[in-house]
Amino acid sequence: MLRLGMDVGGTNTDAVLVDDEGQVMASHKAPTTPDPLDGISAAISAVSVVADVSQIRRAMLGTTHSANAIIQRKGLGRVAVLRLAAPSSLAVSPGADWPDDLRQSVISDVAIIEGGYEYDGRVIAELDEAAVRRFSEAAARSGALAVSCAFSPANFEHELRVAEIIASELGDDFPVSLSHRVGTLGLLERENATILNSALLQVSRAVVDGLNNALRENGIEALSYITQNDGTLMTSQQALEMPVLSLGSGPTNSMRGACSLAGLSDAIVVDVGGTSTDVGILVDGFPRESAAAVYVGGVRTNFRMPDLISMGLGGGTIVRTEGTGVAVGPDSVGYRVTEEALVSGGEILTLSDVSVAGGRLTGFGDPARVEELDSSTIEQSLLWVDEHLASHCERMKASRQAMPLLAVGGGAHLVPGRVPGTSEVIRPHHYEVANAFGAAISEASGTVDRVYQYGSSSREECLESARAEALEAAVAAGADPGQARVTSVVEVPMTYVPGGGCRVQVKAAGPLGD
Amino acid sequence: MRTLTIDQVDDLALGATLLGTGGGGDPYVARLMLRQAINTYGPVTIADPHELPADGLVMTVAVVGAPTVLLEKIPAGTEFIASIEALASYLGRDPVALMPIEVGGLNTLLPLAVATEMGLPVIDADGMRRAFPQIEMTVFTLAGIKCSPMSVADEKGNLCVFETNTNQLGETLVRGAVMSLTLANAFSSYSMTVAEVEAHAIAGSVTYCTELGARLSAVQRGESGAYDRFLEFAEGRVIFSGVITDVHRETTQGFSKGTVTIEARDGTERSMKVAIQNEFLVAWENDRPVVTVPDLICILDAETATPITTETLRYGQRVNVVAMPCAPEWHRDGMLEVVGPKAFGFDLDYVRVGA
Repeated sequence: MLRLGMDVGGTNTDAVLVDDEGQVMASHKAPTTPDPLDGISAAISAVSVVADVSQIRRAMLGTTHSANAIIQRKGLGRVAVLRLAAPSSLAVSPGADWPDDLRQSVISDVAIIEGGYEYDGRVIAELDEAAVRRFSEAAARSGALAVSCAFSPANFEHELRVAEIIASELGDDFPVSLSHRVGTLGLLERENATILNSALLQVSRAVVDGLNNALRENGIEALSYITQNDGTLMTSQQALEMPVLSLGSGPTNSMRGACSLAGLSDAIVVDVGGTSTDVGILVDGFPRESAAAVYVGGVRTNFRMPDLISMGLGGGTIVRTEGTGVAVGPDSVGYRVTEEALVSGGEILTLSDVSVAGGRLTGFGDPARVEELDSSTIEQSLLWVDEHLASHCERMKASRQAMPLLAVGGGAHLVPGRVPGTSEVIRPHHYEVANAFGAAISEASGTVDRVYQYGSSSREECLESARAEALEAAVAAGADPGQARVTSVVEVPMTYVPGGGCRVQVKAAGPLGD
Repeated sequence: MRTLTIDQVDDLALGATLLGTGGGGDPYVARLMLRQAINTYGPVTIADPHELPADGLVMTVAVVGAPTVLLEKIPAGTEFIASIEALASYLGRDPVALMPIEVGGLNTLLPLAVATEMGLPVIDADGMRRAFPQIEMTVFTLAGIKCSPMSVADEKGNLCVFETNTNQLGETLVRGAVMSLTLANAFSSYSMTVAEVEAHAIAGSVTYCTELGARLSAVQRGESGAYDRFLEFAEGRVIFSGVITDVHRETTQGFSKGTVTIEARDGTERSMKVAIQNEFLVAWENDRPVVTVPDLICILDAETATPITTETLRYGQRVNVVAMPCAPEWHRDGMLEVVGPKAFGFDLDYVRVGA
């Protein structure tokens, strides 16, 4: 069985074909096309020529489609927003903190109605079912409904009841996003993510249809998956309902790909692209997650995203001389580095030129075109690169202990052979397509999300049964039974009194089996 | 009187985060409430004491509860008005102005949102000009002004009004009431006359906070000379620069305690430890205390000048520790008993900034 991994980034579209042993059989890297689906189709053609296409049975895509749709405000659907929390929360309306243009293009109607829960599981107010029915007209006009509810991560009966009422009013197919399925504690952030999920449904439909068409056109009959922020896979059917969960999958894929290519599970990963560099940290093979609020297109969310530091440092970053000093970036020629850099025959001094002149990059362009470059310019620029990389690596570390550094991405040549605070610098084979490789090795996952009463049985028994069920769900989703394992356990106490309930979320994952 | 418009809300919120000295509650939700209130009811009127009748009644209003509950249960707005009206009814007089109990953290912005909805001015003063974790930790306590009578209200029409002999017991009763009223409530206290505000409160603190935020915002925008102007305004100094090498936390008795260790990166062996109890309380350089409460210890990200809260402290952050003197109104008899290091359980004498 072969796996096809794809990654659509801001600069490049990458694809790899991976065999049973995890070996890369073919890889492809090309600039991302104006319609990214064209680039996906071309990438699939390029890598699938080396193999018997009937052997390609799994296809995984990580893509910036959704993130770009939000950032560029393109292709987003209209959403009606219903919050179950009144009389609490009236002092801050849904969407209050959104950038005006995004709010106007996405949020059509909002209502805060009676319902929702206290921290201890009591209701703030009984759900106002008549108000839900009335609001269904607004939902029907918008085409999608997002529902948030106070303390729904611990108690989601009211959200489920709203979904039932809307199904009875508008039909089972009417798209309803419920906040407890999208995010964790933090009403406004979870509500924002739920609204974005509803707004992205059409974008997700286009991506899934486009991917499946591209596979068909190339004669590939594979199960198709979309990668999620946490490095696991959604079936394309799930992706149609929960597109927001794939918003930050690019960096995750890149980091997991890097770790697998290098055969390490704990490392600092430095992903150098054409325009920017992300520095993240892998613990046990998964990216460490961010504790701070994550902003997407100006909207505050509480997604569990990889904890990354980004900086304007890439192969296309522009270098300017100022008197006897140099100024590096933050602007970049991006993917046009293959035309505009000095070594490419262009007129712009970029970090790739400096890298060639400094001996870090070989086999790119014409080195003769940078022979005349002032040696002090080269030294100062590389010093700038080295200092920024070292300081960002230091910031990412959780302790003073030195860790290996994995350098990946098209601009990985810029990373020097030694970085202070790291034990060694490793550039794994195929480092330039680590992200597509990360998509290819993404794992199937299963989750259990249920309220347990610790009073009636012990906490350990409850957690054990939740773990077992999550593992079964992961296997049912395609994970290899021999390799599936529990990857996260989150407990949200519903009440602070003894004998009370606790929401337990367990996630299990494992590599895809046959 | 003057007005505070929507354009000044972000400066006020940034100043409030800084004066929170690592705690005080995230002003994020309060900022959204204030924006919504100004958009609905108009700008906030800010008054100095001499612009109001000397015998007029002033009271404080604030949010009280568990920070994790406030993440889910956003205020209605009505609970604050209910707590004010309950106290006014008990006293038999209506207030002529509202006042923040603390200018530092989220309770800086909240009274402004309530005031514009009620059509009342906010008096430009408070009881702390920084954040402290307990209700009795005010300059009012030094002046013998009681927080009692006090009211606690929720958004559903439940409320209580009570009296206590001491401000310490007032703190205890408020916590008890809040436990029963779902941990996200409004409370009003420290009713006093405008003349008492003029005599005892920290003057001009809302304006100070907005100005401080504006100067810090200039630093964040990278304006030339802005750091010096910010420090000069705050009468502050950078007491340490370095990298966070350890963050130790524990939660005991509802308070988040711990220490953060910062090591210099200038080739010396210097290091700084800062004690955390909700806020940053004491800073030691190489085991010698260099600043203690009630003076302010703020930790700023060295690159972005973002004030770092106790929850967002992380290994590897490059930081500047900025110390600022507490408001001069604190320097009165009894200060050290109420907010000195010993009031927080440290066996230390007060060390002033620059001492």
